[in-house]
Amino acid sequence: MDTVVGVCYEGGVVIAADQSNGRSILTYQTNLDKIAKLSSHSMMGVSGPNCDLVNFTQYVAKNINLYELSNDGTKLSTKAQANFARGELATALRKGPFQVNVLLAGYDDKTKGSLYHLDYMGAMQKVKYGAQGYAQYFVSSIFDKDCTENMTEEDAVKIVEKCIKEIHTRFLMSQPNFIIKKVDKDGVKVLSFDADPADT
Amino acid sequence: MARRYDSSTTTFSPEGRLHQVEYAIEAINNAGTCVGILAKDGIVMASERRITSGLLAPAKVSEKTYQLCKHAACNVAGLTADANILIDQARLRAGRYQYQYQEPIPVEQLVEYVCNYKQFYTQRGGLRPFGVAFLFAGYDEHHGFQLYQSDPSGNYSGWKATVIGANNQAGKSLLKTEYKTGEEAEESIPDLQEALKLAVKVLNKTMDGTTSAAAAEKMELYTMSMEDGECAHNILNKVEAQKVIDAVEAESASAGDS
Repeated sequence: MDTVVGVCYEGGVVIAADQSNGRSILTYQTNLDKIAKLSSHSMMGVSGPNCDLVNFTQYVAKNINLYELSNDGTKLSTKAQANFARGELATALRKGPFQVNVLLAGYDDKTKGSLYHLDYMGAMQKVKYGAQGYAQYFVSSIFDKDCTENMTEEDAVKIVEKCIKEIHTRFLMSQPNFIIKKVDKDGVKVLSFDADPADT
Repeated sequence: MARRYDSSTTTFSPEGRLHQVEYAIEAINNAGTCVGILAKDGIVMASERRITSGLLAPAKVSEKTYQLCKHAACNVAGLTADANILIDQARLRAGRYQYQYQEPIPVEQLVEYVCNYKQFYTQRGGLRPFGVAFLFAGYDEHHGFQLYQSDPSGNYSGWKATVIGANNQAGKSLLKTEYKTGEEAEESIPDLQEALKLAVKVLNKTMDGTTSAAAAEKMELYTMSMEDGECAHNILNKVEAQKVIDAVEAESASAGDS
């Protein structure tokens, strides 16, 4: 039921996710942050049941942190992080799968911004833009029409906001709040949110 | 008294030493010499082939140089049988890293892994330390070309140029005078060809008494360089090796110190 969308631009990536946390027919909260920071220059937007969502993001983030600690601060590239996450999803698939679909974004000095689309079965694809959840059916046409080469951060944010507006008007489910984050040369930053995740 | 502590690798002697580990390190100092030199555009490793008997079939391609993965190789000084175990471990580690991250393993991580494996055998009871010292040459995107050496204790260190094995002291002192370091070093770091010649020069010194006539069979020359963004490994064949050896011969003759 969750929505995660991501768009690459020249020098970074923007990811937006809805902030609803619910199960069955019940909404628990609407200020959840589903975009986890993995390292200084990477983040992961995750859709799925809250238990797997938290479990998986923490597991990946902590392992990436452990790698940096045990290797004198050597950083994993975004590609390596994505492949690591994919491997964990694929391994878990034959045991107790994580029911999560992921958009993983990062910034590297060499490759600049990059975005990876992963599903819970361990299929991975490097993409320029992508979405997880029912949102895919609504926003793919927007990406197709509006995404171009050499977009600026403003262009990318505008597209993401257009996606959110489309979901608000056409999607049956209630997803009142969205959080938008970006990653670029200066690291991960929150651009905006409709409800503060820090509120309890 | 000290003999009591010889039999156990894992017990400190009263002077606070691990005799077996020290003996293993000492054993390396009698093994065939290996020279490693960092060049501007690659790495050179040269090693001594000890021909024990004329009846022995010579190595087909290499005897002392082993490729570990696409971007790393090593030279062995010491027990080849022990080395094979460690090389297997290194290749497995490199392969697993590539599988997990779809990226080549950083060279220092590979070296550290092998050294941790060696260290384990200096601490666990009933085990003998590996009688092997390595020179590792490798390339990664983090630090470019790198040269490391390791000893049986599990210590490792990075070098611009170094020697392990027999007469390594003499070899190192020659490198110290011939390989420029310090402020003006950036300019004068040798290229591959110069480094090859320097490596041969060092081997000539450590393998004293070797006449150049048979030298090509007694030296294994290896270069690592970048070609089209890929690491290129090259073991010089007899003709190529002889060419380098002759060039060194000619240079020293013209310098007048023959």
